[in-house]
Formats: sequence, structure tokens, C-alpha cells
Amino acid sequence: MILTLKIFKMKYIIAIFFTIIFALQLSAQDATEILEKVDDNMNSETSITKSDMIIYGRRNSRTVTSVGYAEGKNKSFSEYLAPAREKGTKMLKLEDNLWIYSPSTDRTIQLSGHMLKQSVMGSDLSYEDMMENRKLTEMYDSEVIGEELIDGRNTWVLQLTAKVVDASYESRKIWVDTERYVPLREELFAKSGQLLKKTELKEVKKIDGRWYPTKMNYKDMLKDGKGTDFVVLEIEFDTEIPAYIFSKAALKK
Amino acid sequence: MIRFIFKAILRDKNRSVLPVTVVAIGVFLTIALSGYLSGMLGDMIDQTARFQTGHVKVMSRAYAENIDQMPNDLALMDIEALHEELNRDFPNYTWVNRINFGGIIDAPNENEQSKGQGAAMGMAIELFSKTSGETERLNLENSLVDGRLPQKSGEVLIGYEFAEKLGAKVGDELTFMGSTMYGSMAFASFEISGTVRFGVMAMDKGTVIIDFSDAQRILDMEDATGEIMGFRKEEVFMQDEVIEMRENFNAKYANDSDEFAPIMKTLGEQNSMGSYLDLVDSVSAMFVIIFVLVMSIVLWNTGLIGGLRRYQEFGIRLALGEEKGHIYRTMIFEAVIIGIIGSVIGTALGIIVTLLMQKYGIDISGMMKDATMMMPSTLRSKFSPQLLYIGFIPGLFAMVIGNMLSGIGIYKRETATLFKELEV
Repeated sequence: MILTLKIFKMKYIIAIFFTIIFALQLSAQDATEILEKVDDNMNSETSITKSDMIIYGRRNSRTVTSVGYAEGKNKSFSEYLAPAREKGTKMLKLEDNLWIYSPSTDRTIQLSGHMLKQSVMGSDLSYEDMMENRKLTEMYDSEVIGEELIDGRNTWVLQLTAKVVDASYESRKIWVDTERYVPLREELFAKSGQLLKKTELKEVKKIDGRWYPTKMNYKDMLKDGKGTDFVVLEIEFDTEIPAYIFSKAALKK
Repeated sequence: MIRFIFKAILRDKNRSVLPVTVVAIGVFLTIALSGYLSGMLGDMIDQTARFQTGHVKVMSRAYAENIDQMPNDLALMDIEALHEELNRDFPNYTWVNRINFGGIIDAPNENEQSKGQGAAMGMAIELFSKTSGETERLNLENSLVDGRLPQKSGEVLIGYEFAEKLGAKVGDELTFMGSTMYGSMAFASFEISGTVRFGVMAMDKGTVIIDFSDAQRILDMEDATGEIMGFRKEEVFMQDEVIEMRENFNAKYANDSDEFAPIMKTLGEQNSMGSYLDLVDSVSAMFVIIFVLVMSIVLWNTGLIGGLRRYQEFGIRLALGEEKGHIYRTMIFEAVIIGIIGSVIGTALGIIVTLLMQKYGIDISGMMKDATMMMPSTLRSKFSPQLLYIGFIPGLFAMVIGNMLSGIGIYKRETATLFKELEV
């Protein structure tokens, strides 16, 4: 009788153990699958984006219009179109290098190291944020930690932990739309666990067969203010971009 | 009687050498350390006033709240009218504009490529103004390592270590990249007119100085400034006066709800300087109290030893009919004379060392290689008339009190037992 009870208990424990392992594996697998689908929506071979960056200050707010070209994860080029003060300023990113061209001084400056953590045009975005084109699945291990409702839409809450040493943020928490596989909210954390930035992604539209947020608000949590809005005016995916665009010669053109 | 005691002290070296030495050392230490401390603390206050706080500073309220971030987007506007008001209301003060700004400085090589780059702490001052007194106040002329002060728009002074780091020298071009008051990108080219040793490691490593008008142009700050600093025309900080000024000025804007309305802050209200000023005031007093206490104990002990040594002498004097009170008084007179001699020697030595330390100082730059805090790299003493009595009076009192305490024993001697004692 006692032996039967012991065997029953043992079976029970083994069953629970395997259920937990299976659930964990499933969760990890689900999280990776979700993240891959997010990457599919948010990343493309090439993209050309015309956007407005609205920077809110305590005295006034400014809108900076630019057009950006991106190819893969290592090449991007932006040209600022408005306002007049910013017009003609260009930025080129090749691999880990960033060059900025200023028409007023006719000089190209290369930024590197901690300089990349500086704010872009007084916004809540750093050069490092602007440069990051890598897929989330390449940089982070993920785990589903819950479900939440955001603006009436169901989301999975994913905890992302960096698996590469050069990730700008040690961990992230993202809320992914369960139907469209688009992040609706993102929180970026430092190694110490301090919340550094918060992003709200809205006005998700279907463009060229993929769901894409066209209005984003970036908030640097170490700064006062309403953050910076990034509004996509026009966007094209997987369009061929001439090679000269991603050259230093294009900066002075 | 004084002559008699004086002769006795001179003839009996055992009675004078040790107490005089002890008093002299104590007085010397008090003066030298007090001079050193007030020199060091005073240097830091002066340095902070000249570079960071002024004797008073006027800013916008919003700027004052976030001053650590150098928030030029919250700068003071309509400064011409504000200057008129300040000059009218406080004519004893010189009012100067300052803009602190951050950014990146890039030094190009002959192929227009970066040969050096670094984060810069920019300071815009009224360099070209004949009346601002800023070049003298910041001692720029004497701090030049190479080159000259900027004389025209587009010229920049740079910390000598910063220039070395960038691989740049006088005459080279630098490109500045930062943000305007409205957050736009600011680019500007400058020519290095001179390199400067500020004597503050943090500044030597990352500061650039340009003229105020250049900063206004580059940072889009027309008729605006980050800060207006007020310096007393005699360049002496007067705590009570600036507190009254602040109250009068701020009272005028008390009903203004605008977050960009001006606000005046005194030196003591900035950079945690309030507690620092209190510290400076209390340190000297603390020194004197500790000195008097410690020296009283030491000299009491010295007096006791002397009393024991002179036990037989006092016994004979009592046996010869000298009054106890007279013996006690002569002992106190002796103490006064010894105290004066010791204090004079100690004060003289202390003043000499203080003056030498004031002139030459102690160079601590080697210990501050990685310092980012604003501190002078040479520590100096400061002579003040206070030093003439700060050690002298306690030196004298400690000697007298010590002897008064030890001399009480004289009154406990019984005449009846004296001869028995003297038989020994």
C-alpha cells in the first residue's frame, strides 16, 4: 500500500516536472516566434522613409523633416529637409561608423564611442538609437511574461535580455500586438535595471503587406518633457537604392 | 618684580625651555594650520565664484531648477532690459553675461578627417568687452600656456590638456558641434588663439572659452543668456549684502507666475556653497577651542611637572615666610611671561610659514590626474590679520590656565609639616 502511494507520488512529481519544462520550452519557442514575426514587420531589405520628428521643448516645439534610406542592418543615410537651420545636414552610417555633414561649416565629422550616446537635435533619441537597424532576434533572448490590453488591443508582454555584448540596452520589455505582431509599447533598461527610455507606437497601418506603426513617441526617462514624436509621412519597403547613396561622397553632394 | 621673575626664567633654563617650546609649537601649529585651511577653503570659494556662481547669479526660474544640465533652452530672454534694471538697482556690482554649453569639439587634419575629438565644456564670456573685467577675473592672460587671448570673432581659447588630447595647437582650426537654444544642430568653426592652464584639472581637460557674442550667434541666443553673474566691484564677497540684494530683487518678481521670470541666487545658495561658507566660518573657531583645551591639558601637565620639580623650592620659600598667595602670583607672572615668549615665537614662525605657503603653495596636480571636480591644483595658505592673534591669545591663556590649575597645590601645603619634608 505504502509502496503504491510512493510510486503514485513519484509519477505525480515527474509529470509536474515535465509539464513545467515543456511549458518553459513552449514559452521560449513562442517568444522567439513572436519576435521573428515582429522583425518581419519592422525590418526589410531596404526602406526609404520620409518623416517628421517633433521635438517638444518647454518653450516651444520644433518639427524636423528628413528622408532616410536604409539597406540591411549596416547601411543608412539621412538628409534633413526642414527647417532652414537643419536643411542640408546629412548623416551616413556604415557598419559602426557615423558621419555627420554640416553645410554651414562644409565639414564632415565622424562620431564614435560615447559621443554616439548624445541626443540627436535635442530630441529624446540618441545617435545610437537612430543607428540601430539590427533585428531583435539577433540581439536578444526573449520570454513571454504576460498579456495586457493596450488601447483596446491584446498584447503579449515580452522580456528581452541581451545576448550580444554591444547591445545599446541590456534589457527591454515590449508589448506586441497579438494579431498584427507589431510592438505597441517598449521600455528600455540599463544594466543596472534603470528605465532609460519608453516608446509608444501608434497608428499601425498596413503598408506593402506588412503592419507598421506610423507614429511613435520616444521618451528619454532621464529628461523632463513630453518626449519626441516620430511621424512616418511616406515609407517604401524593399525598393532598390543606388549604391552611391551609402558613400561619403554623397554627404557633400 | 617682573624683572626679577624674568631674570629667574632666563637663569633657570629648566623652568623656561620646555614650556616655551610647547607653547611655541602649539601656537605655530594653530596659525599654520588655520592659515592653510582658510587659504584652501577660501581658494575654493573664490574659484567657484569666478568660474561658476558669481557673488550673485540671475537666471530664469526654469534654468535654475535644472542648472546641472546647462539648459540653454530655458535661458533668460530680453537681457538688455534686465541689465539696465540690475545696473540701476545694484550699481556696486558688475553684471556680466555667461553661457555654459556642451558639445563635441573635432580637430580636422589636412585631409579634413578627424585627428582628435572630445566632449567639450564650453564657456562663453564677455571677452571683447572693455568693462566686464572677465579676462582679469578669470586670470586668463596669466594662465596662457601658448598663444594669446581671442581678439576677434571665431577665435577660441582651449584648455592645454584638451588641446594636447586633440593633437591641436595655436592657429589650428576646430569644429564645434552642439545644440542651439531651440534644439537645432549647431556647427561652427573656430581658430585656436591660445591654450590655457586653468589650474583646475577638470577644466584643463575639456574647457573651451569663446566670446559671448559668438555663442549668441552659434546657439541662436539673440538678446538671451544662460546666466547673468554679479561681482562686487571690489571683487570681495559680502555675504550679508548679497542676501539683502537677493531678497530685494526676488521680491519684485514674487507675483510673476512665468517659469522664465528671473531669479537671483547668492553664492551660498549654489553648488552646495552654503554649508561650505558655514564650514569656513566655524573651522577657525573650532581650531582655537581645540587648541586651548589640548594645550591647557598639556601645560597643566608641564606645570605639574615643574611644580613637583620646584616642590622643595616652594617649601623653602614658605618656610622663609613667603605667603602662599605671593608664591602663586609669581608663578602666574612667570606663566604670563613664558606664555608671551612662546606665543611670540610660535606666531612669528606660523606667519613666516603661512606667507611662504601663500607664495609657493603645494602643487597637488599629480594627485588630481583623473579628477573631474573643480579644485585648485595648487593648495595655498592665506595670511589674514586674524592670524596675528588667533594663536597668540590661546597660547598665552593655555599657559596661564595650566599653571593656575597646577599651582593650586601650593595652597595644600601645611606649614607644620614643611620642616619634616625639608629634612629629606
